[in-house]
Amino acid sequence: MDIVVCVKRVPLTEEVDLVIDAQKKGVKKDQLAFVLNDWDNYAIEEAILLKEKHDGTVTAITVGNEDDEEVLRRCLAMGADRAIRVEAGDISKFDSFGIVKILSGVVKDLPRDLVFTGVLADDDSYGMIGMMMAEELNLNHSCMVTAIELEDGKVRTTSELEGGLGEVSIVYLPALITIQTGINEPRYVSILGIRKAAKKELKVMDLAELGISDEELAPRAIIEEVYLPPETEGAQMLTGDPDKIAGDFVEILTKKGVME
Amino acid sequence: MSDIFVIVEHRLGEIRDITFEMLWKAGELAENLSHSVTAVLLGHEVSSIAEDLSDRADQLIIYDDERLKNFDADLYKEIIAGLIEETKPPLILIGSTSWGMELAPCLSIKTGLPLATDCIDIMSEHGRFMAQRQMYNGKIFANVSFAETPGCLITIRSGVFPKDKIGDRQAQKVQKDFPLADIKPGKAFVEFVETAAGDVDITQADLLVSVGRGIGEEENIALIKELAEALNGVVSCSRPIVDKNWLPKYLQVGTSGKSVSPKVYIAIGISGAFQHLAGTSGAGTIIAVNKDPKAPIFRTAHYGIVDDLFKIVPVLKDKILEAKKG
Ligand SMILES: Cc1cc2nc3c(=O)[nH]c(=O)nc-3n(C[C@H](O)[C@H](O)[C@H](O)COP(=O)(O)OP(=O)(O)OC[C@H]3O[C@@H](n4cnc5c(N)ncnc54)[C@H](O)[C@@H]3O)c2cc1C
Ligand SMILES: Cc1cc2nc3c(=O)[nH]c(=O)nc-3n(C[C@H](O)[C@H](O)[C@H](O)COP(=O)(O)OP(=O)(O)OC[C@H]3O[C@@H](n4cnc5c(N)ncnc54)[C@H](O)[C@@H]3O)c2cc1C
Repeated sequence: MDIVVCVKRVPLTEEVDLVIDAQKKGVKKDQLAFVLNDWDNYAIEEAILLKEKHDGTVTAITVGNEDDEEVLRRCLAMGADRAIRVEAGDISKFDSFGIVKILSGVVKDLPRDLVFTGVLADDDSYGMIGMMMAEELNLNHSCMVTAIELEDGKVRTTSELEGGLGEVSIVYLPALITIQTGINEPRYVSILGIRKAAKKELKVMDLAELGISDEELAPRAIIEEVYLPPETEGAQMLTGDPDKIAGDFVEILTKKGVME
Repeated sequence: MSDIFVIVEHRLGEIRDITFEMLWKAGELAENLSHSVTAVLLGHEVSSIAEDLSDRADQLIIYDDERLKNFDADLYKEIIAGLIEETKPPLILIGSTSWGMELAPCLSIKTGLPLATDCIDIMSEHGRFMAQRQMYNGKIFANVSFAETPGCLITIRSGVFPKDKIGDRQAQKVQKDFPLADIKPGKAFVEFVETAAGDVDITQADLLVSVGRGIGEEENIALIKELAEALNGVVSCSRPIVDKNWLPKYLQVGTSGKSVSPKVYIAIGISGAFQHLAGTSGAGTIIAVNKDPKAPIFRTAHYGIVDDLFKIVPVLKDKILEAKKG
């Protein structure tokens, strides 16, 4: 069972004031801390669990710069066998078509029974790389998956629909699956583990090697402008010392009739 | 005159709300641009669904076939791609739903048409469409335009447009034959499974004390339970709490959990992602506790407390117990 997992490094945005960059095309990232995209953490864990059960290999891939290797090292420490980074310069010049072209260029030459992506990247949140790649590589697919069971030449997947409904399907291999959070409990990675994994293979490829030209990567969906959310009235804030806040809180609950 | 296409989403014989919401937006755009609205319906034995759509679109294209009994993204993709090739619509709307998120990207690659996902509005400028969407969990908005292509695909977030009728329409029905020859399915539908019910039903509660990832550790949930107990309320939660197995799935509020309608909803350590808030639109009053003053939840909540939950929650609990005694 050979599994390829696509992963992205994304900024943490909790409790930070995001600042729009000068071109109004993105946010300033120099002050932000970065992590492995939450969905991809579940995806890599699922691949490793399958490998532990059924043998095979796990390869992690990212399209990004040298700093992004940090998340590949994390994947290696979790148990991936090897990692590939595609150096494509400033990736913000690509739209999803571009990223998909690049990822597909790598994946098509790898042994693969399964390809995993996350459902969504926490930053740009398009949620489309996975299924675009399935079509580009002509792979069978299942989306938003919360359970996978390997059977002979196929997988049984549960896709999450709205309202907590699950849809069980049989998907024939090779297949691309987008992984939803909660499918497993991703393992803990120690600093020591990451250091040990430094010995594992991390290959860097560029676009020339993949035979992809710039024209093929011209974006078709173009960000015109990014901006902060329009002001709304928003919540009425309870202020003062904790005792006053608690007093106001109780008063609201009493008014709303839930203090009996 | 050209047609704005809306792909009808339906499940177990019922039209999903997102379909009506997309038809509303398509209708609004059509009126401003003198376009017409075409609903595209794929399924099996769908005459009653077709009936319910008859005053929502100008044209209703129907593919009714046994092989379309269950949703299958590949069959939808092949059939709709053929239709697009034939009719060249300038805009195709699809729901940003579990099924739409599988269909739209495949269709985009198949047809070469650009795609913007999970959009909350569509503008039109000089005859070209532009989509508004959110990034970074709603902390940033973006306007996306499209390269010069014959058309574009946009997926629409649930709940952002009204479900109402717009304009006077009488759909001309066009029945089409199943157009595909030898298909070899890559995927087979097995069954639908429901989330197991639990000992409490959060949809019936008057007061919910809801906990999110801000709680940090499993053992800290006790703090929230104590607050709920003091208030005679019920504990609910956001998705990450269920993902970590700290609380059962039947307590989850949101698109992939339950929609709730308590008198008061207290959200503690929850950032306010739209997938969560989609489940709280029925709540009378929302009170949010979060240490990040920029947390998106404060845009929707009625009252807000900016503080570390570990400091303020015990004070709230004591005040409640005090008030109940007195
Ligand atoms: C400054 C700036 C400008 C931009 N301008 C544009 C623009 O004009 N038009 C536009 O469409 N987009 C633009 N982007 C967005 C960028 O191209 C997106 O990263 C891309 O469209 C993919 O979308 P997503 O990251 O939301 O992935 P999603 O589709 O949400 O990601 C799903 C999954 O795909 C995989 N994945 C995603 N990215 C990678 C990656 N780099 N390497 C490996 N796997 C990956 C992961 O498994 C992830 O879980 C811009 C970004 C920046 C920072
Ligand atoms: C298809 C799909 C379906 C989904 N369905 C759902 C769903 O049904 N329900 C759902 O909830 N989510 C759902 N999600 C996930 C959703 O996108 C968010 O990831 C999730 O709601 C975030 O949960 P959270 O607010 O608890 O966590 P976070 O976004 O991590 O927010 C935690 C918050 O806690 C605050 N905080 C941290 N520490 C403290 C402290 N000490 N005191 C006070 N505040 C603190 C932080 O400032 C932050 O705002 C879905 C996602 C997808 C893609």
